[in-house]
Amino acid sequence: MFNWLANPNRFSKLTGNLQLPLIILSTTMILLGLYYGLFDSPEDYQQGDAVRIMYVHVPSAWLASFLFFSLAISCIFYLVWKHPLADLISNAIAPIGAIFSVLTLVTGSLWGKPMWGTWWVWDARLTSMLILFFFYLGYMLLSNAFERKIDGSKSASVLAIIGLINLPIIKFSVDWWHTLHQPSSILRMDGPSIDKEMLLPLTLMMVGFSLFSIYLIITNVKTMLLEKKCEALILKLNLKEFS
Amino acid sequence: MNPKYRRLFIIILIVFTIALATQLVLIALRDNIIYFFTPNELKIKYGDNENIKRKIRVGGLVLENSVVKNNDIVNFTITDNKNEILVVFNGQLPDLFREGQGIVAEGNFKDNKLIATQVLAKHDENYMPPEVADALKKNGAWKGDKDK
Repeated sequence: MFNWLANPNRFSKLTGNLQLPLIILSTTMILLGLYYGLFDSPEDYQQGDAVRIMYVHVPSAWLASFLFFSLAISCIFYLVWKHPLADLISNAIAPIGAIFSVLTLVTGSLWGKPMWGTWWVWDARLTSMLILFFFYLGYMLLSNAFERKIDGSKSASVLAIIGLINLPIIKFSVDWWHTLHQPSSILRMDGPSIDKEMLLPLTLMMVGFSLFSIYLIITNVKTMLLEKKCEALILKLNLKEFS
Repeated sequence: MNPKYRRLFIIILIVFTIALATQLVLIALRDNIIYFFTPNELKIKYGDNENIKRKIRVGGLVLENSVVKNNDIVNFTITDNKNEILVVFNGQLPDLFREGQGIVAEGNFKDNKLIATQVLAKHDENYMPPEVADALKKNGAWKGDKDK
């Protein structure tokens, strides 16, 4: 199936039909989520209105981690099966994930100042999240650092696979060590510890952000495929002029 | 072996080895990674607080009825329900600071008291509207604040 999907033309055709529904669905969900999150959900008993930062912070953090996971899996497909499309997909994911990790760090910091009393601390959760951002940066820099793109892709893929180890550290940092950051509220053994009325906008934002990322990734990959086509055409034209 | 599977095998081996190495490093650095010690952990590790010569962070709950404000100086006790530590702080307290709240204080020990240079509030993982919190407190199902 992966071999079948790895054909760029088939990929473009298949995903082309998805773009419009994805963008419509994701913007609707994000707008609804923002409305519920900002206007039609209760404030927290302790945090007051500052709790609303969560509706951007948590989906961003979840996507930053999940996108890195997808990126690394795609890198494994590239290294093992040598599908060029897998490399394009990793390249397409990287900047999106990087932006989500910045968003996580910035919104977290904005929440931390009024709640904790500080913008930043070097506890395990915050530090491992910062490292995730550096892995994204490292991946992007390394994949373009070589004269031949293929060398860059290979070394960057290895880096991404090593970065996989950081993901469980991010997730479980709050359980393994004492951190200033609070433990998980959603993915925990005894069910979410968030009130239902707050869970609704959070879910909307999470699904909306995820669909929007898929839309962005597809658009990125398609642009890259077009770029490659253009390069090939230019090469062809140049060859004709010479002969 | 098929070269594809050989490559896959090598990747799995790399991930496994580095994961193991990372784990060992994290275990070795545990005391530096944890953001704070609880009063009981300090006692187990150092025995007497006078033995602690470096700057340290202590985390726990603010003991009920222990907060005494004297001009700008605040005295209070941090507890983990096993041991207690007296804290003296002269500075800006976070909004969430109150009795029963989880906090982290950073400073040096002097005369068996922690002279804090910074006090941070630790928020717990429970999110709910004020009415729900009140209802829980009323019917006795309240477990926030005291958790950790």
